[in-house]
Amino acid sequence: MSDEHRVSTDFELARSQDDVAQAPLEGGVPPSPSMTFASRVSGVSGILAPVLTTILAFLVGGLVIALTGKNPIKVYHAIWLGTGLNWFFEVGSYSARIPFTTAHMWFPWNTSSIAAQNLQQTLLLTTPIILTGLAVAFPFRCGLFNIGGQGQYLVGTIFAVWVGSSFVDLNPFLHVMLVLVVATFAGALYAGIAGILKATVGAHEVITTIMLNWIAVWVGAYLFGQGGPLQGSQPSIPISNDIADGAKLPVFWGLKLLQGLSIGIFIAIAMLVVYWIVINRTSLGYEVRAVGFNPEAARYSGISVARNYFLAMAIAGAFAGLGGALDITGWKYNIGESDIHASTIGFIGLAAALLGRNTALGVGLASLLFAALFNGTSGRQLDPSIFPPDLAGNLTTIIQGLVILFVGLNLGGLWLWLKRRRTAS
Amino acid sequence: MAEAPLLELRGITKRFPGVLANDKVNFDLRSGEVHALLGENGAGKSTLMNILYGLYTPDEGQILLRGEPIELGSTKAAIEHGIGMVHQHFMLIPVMTVAENIVLATEPRHAGVLLDYDAARKRVRELSERYGLLVEPDARVDRITVGQQQRVEILKALFRGAEILILDEPTAVLTPQEAKELFEILRSLKSQGKSIIFISHKLNEVLEIADRVTTLRRGVVVDTIPASGATEEGLARMMVGREVLLRVDKEPAKPTDPLLVVEHLHVLDDRGLEAVRDLSLTVRGGEILGIAGVDANGQSELIDAVAGLRPVKSGRIAVDGRDVTHERAKVTLDAGLGHIPEDRHRRGLVLPFSLSENLALHAYRKPPMSIRGFLNLRAMLARARRLLKEFDVRGGTPATPAAALSGGNQQKVVLAREIDGDPKVLIAAQPTRGLDVGAIEFVHRRLIEQRDAGRAILLVSLELEEILSLSDRILVIYEGRIVGEFPPTATEEELGFAMTGGRRDEVAA
Repeated sequence: MSDEHRVSTDFELARSQDDVAQAPLEGGVPPSPSMTFASRVSGVSGILAPVLTTILAFLVGGLVIALTGKNPIKVYHAIWLGTGLNWFFEVGSYSARIPFTTAHMWFPWNTSSIAAQNLQQTLLLTTPIILTGLAVAFPFRCGLFNIGGQGQYLVGTIFAVWVGSSFVDLNPFLHVMLVLVVATFAGALYAGIAGILKATVGAHEVITTIMLNWIAVWVGAYLFGQGGPLQGSQPSIPISNDIADGAKLPVFWGLKLLQGLSIGIFIAIAMLVVYWIVINRTSLGYEVRAVGFNPEAARYSGISVARNYFLAMAIAGAFAGLGGALDITGWKYNIGESDIHASTIGFIGLAAALLGRNTALGVGLASLLFAALFNGTSGRQLDPSIFPPDLAGNLTTIIQGLVILFVGLNLGGLWLWLKRRRTAS
Repeated sequence: MAEAPLLELRGITKRFPGVLANDKVNFDLRSGEVHALLGENGAGKSTLMNILYGLYTPDEGQILLRGEPIELGSTKAAIEHGIGMVHQHFMLIPVMTVAENIVLATEPRHAGVLLDYDAARKRVRELSERYGLLVEPDARVDRITVGQQQRVEILKALFRGAEILILDEPTAVLTPQEAKELFEILRSLKSQGKSIIFISHKLNEVLEIADRVTTLRRGVVVDTIPASGATEEGLARMMVGREVLLRVDKEPAKPTDPLLVVEHLHVLDDRGLEAVRDLSLTVRGGEILGIAGVDANGQSELIDAVAGLRPVKSGRIAVDGRDVTHERAKVTLDAGLGHIPEDRHRRGLVLPFSLSENLALHAYRKPPMSIRGFLNLRAMLARARRLLKEFDVRGGTPATPAAALSGGNQQKVVLAREIDGDPKVLIAAQPTRGLDVGAIEFVHRRLIEQRDAGRAILLVSLELEEILSLSDRILVIYEGRIVGEFPPTATEEELGFAMTGGRRDEVAA
C-alpha cells in the first residue's frame, strides 16, 4: 500500500535531518520520486550504522567460530596479531632508518618487528582496495552501480605489465610514471565503454560492467596464458615477465625482496583526497551529485545527464586501473594466468565502498578493515594452532558477506521498522 | 442532547518525529450531513482522515461510531464499520473494466473461483442507478474520464457498504463542470442518508456543498461552524490565522516586445503520440499569458518543448529573439528562460541538496559561484543567505536540505532561484500547486511584480481562478491546440466550456 510506504519515508527523512536546524515538518514530508537508492544509502545517518554493521558481522562471525569448537576471543586475537595493527600499540624506543637514505633516527616504533612486517602486508593490500572502492563510490554518487571494478583493475594490471616490461631503457622515473598513466587511462577507457552504453542507449551499467569483467578476465588469461603474447620467457609457465626495475615503485618500508611497503599507499591516500575534493568542491562533483540524487532535476537545470554518466564511469575506471598499476609496480611485478582467475580485489573494493558509505574517509577506513581482515586470516599470518588457516579464509568471506548483507539490510531502517511495529501493536 | 452524532473523534493526537500532526482533535459527523474539513497543506487533515480510515493508529484519543467506541487497526476494519474513502489519487486498476474495479476483493464468483462477470455488471448497474452515479460497467478504466473514474471510486466505496464517505480533495482533478456534477452526486447521496466528510482547501466549494465546516490549523481544530453565514474571508482567516488578500491587486499590463514566440509547434508525448498540435503563441514583456486547460491536454509537453527538455517535431520557438527550437536545455536557459516547473519535487529541487546548493542549480557554472571548475562555497552561501531573506523562506538555513522545508517554502526557493537568474521569459507551471492560501498569495504577488519588471510570463495552471486573477490574456488549450483566446474578464463557465472542446461562438449562441 502506498500509504504504508509513505509513513516509512517520513521516518527516514525526519531522522536524517536530526543534525540540521530542524524546521517543523508539515505533517510529514510527502514521498518523492527523487529520493533515489543512492540518496538513501549515502544518507546522513552518520558513522554509527557502518560501525554497528561491522560489530554485528564480527559477532556473528564469532558465533561461527564457536560452532567449530574454537574460542572466538582467542581466534580474533590471533587474527588481530596477523593484521599487524598491533604494531601501533607496541611503543618503545627504537632506531629507524629514514626511507631512501642511510641515516638513522630515533623512532617510537620498531620498524622491523614481525608486527611491522604484517602491517606492511596489510597496507599493501589496502592500496588497491581503496582504489577499487573509489571506483564504486564515485559512480554511486552519480546514481550508477559499478560492478566492474574487478575488470577495470585487471585492465590496469595488464597494461601495467605490458608497458612495465617494455621500454626497459627508459629513465626510471619516466617509466614508472608512464606505467601508472597508461594503466589509469586504460581503466578509464574500459569503464567508459559501460558509461557510453549507459549514456547513449541506456544499457544498464550493472549488466554491462559484469560482462566487461568477464571479457577482462579471459583476455588476460589469453595474454598471459600458455602461448599467449605476453607470456614470459619461460615456456610452459603461464606467467608474464617481471617488469623492468625502473618501472617499480620505490619501497620505503621493509625490503623489496620481502614485499616491503611501496609508496603506492600514499598515492591511494592522495586519491581519497582527490575524490573528496572532486565530489565536494568542484562543479563536476556538483553535477555528478545532482544527477545521482535527481537526474530529472539535473536535466531541467541544463546538466547533461549522459555526459555525467560517461564521466563518472570513466573516472571510476581510472581509479581501478591505477589500483591495478600500483599492485604491479608496487610488489607483484608480474602477473600469472592463475592470479587473474583468483583475484577478487574489485569485489572487496565494492564491499569497502558499501561499508564506507561512499565517503572518502569511509572508503579509506573500510579498505583498511578489509585488508586487515584478509591479511590477518591468511594462511601465512594466522597461527595454525589456534585456528586452521584453511578455514580462516572462509571466515573472512563470511564476515565480508555479513557486512554486505547488513549494509544492504540497512540496519538503521530495520531498527526503525521494528520500533514502529512495537508501537503500532 | 438531541441525538448522538453518527461518528465522533475525541481528543485524537498523532505525533510524527518532530511534528505534532494532530493535537487533541475533536470532530463529529452527523447522519446525513456534508461536513467539510478545511485547512492548509500540512494542517493535519489527511493525517486525521487516514486515522479514521485505519491507515494510522492515533497516539491518543477515541473514535466512537453511533456512541460506541471502535478500534480501527486497518482499512479492512474501517470498511467493515461502513467507512469508505475516495483518495485524491485514485486506487483503480486501469486495465480492468469499471465493473471489475468496483467488485474487486468482494467479487461474485462462479463455483467460488471464477469471476461471475454478469452478476458483477448487474450489481454495478443497480448501484449506479440507485445513487444516480452513471457509469458504463464494461468500459475500461483507462479509457474513461477522470470525473468518471472518481464516480467509480465512489461506487466502489458504496459497494463495500459505506455509510460514511471520506472524499480527499475530490475537486482537485476535475474541470468546473465535473465539479458541479460531483456536487449533484454528493447532494443525492446526502438525501439518501449517507454522511460525507469533504476535505478541501478551496473556500468557495466548501461554502457551496458543506453543512458544517471544521477548520484545522497546525494540527489543532480552530472551530466548527455552520456553513450558512460563513464567508470566504472568514474561513481564510481561520485557516491561515491572519487576514489574507484573496483577490490579486494589479495595474493594467504594459506589454512591450514579444519575448517568447512559439510558431506552429508540434510535439510528441512519451508514447510517441502528438500532444501539441500546430500551437502558436506570443508572450510580450510585461504581460502574463495564461494557459487554461484540463490536465493532460498538452500543457506539460508544451512547457517541456519550450524549456528544451523535449524534442520539437516541427515548428519554431524563440526566446528573446534567439531561435532555441532544437537547442539543449542549457542553451535555452542561457537565452533568458526562467522555469518554475510544475513538479518541484521531480524537477524543481534536488531534495537531499542543501538550500545553498539548490539555489545554485543554474548559477553554479559561472563565476562567482564557481571559478575554473571549483565551487566557490562562500559565494554560494552569501547568495543563499540573501535569497532566503529576500524571499522570506522560513524553516531553514542555507545548509538545510530542501526536503526539510514545507511545500510553500520549497516553492519560494524555486521562485527565488528562477527570478534571481534575471530571465527575460518566465514559465510558471502550476506555480501554486499544493500550496496553502498564504503561500499562494506570496507567489501571486511575486509573479505580478516580475510582470511589472518587464518580464514575459507564461502561466500554465489547472486552477481557473488563478488563471483569471493573474493573466492579462488567456488562451485555452484542448487536445494540444489553442481553441480560444479570452480576456481576463471571461467567466469560469466560458473558459470551462472551451476547455472541454466547445467553441466560444457556441457559448454565445
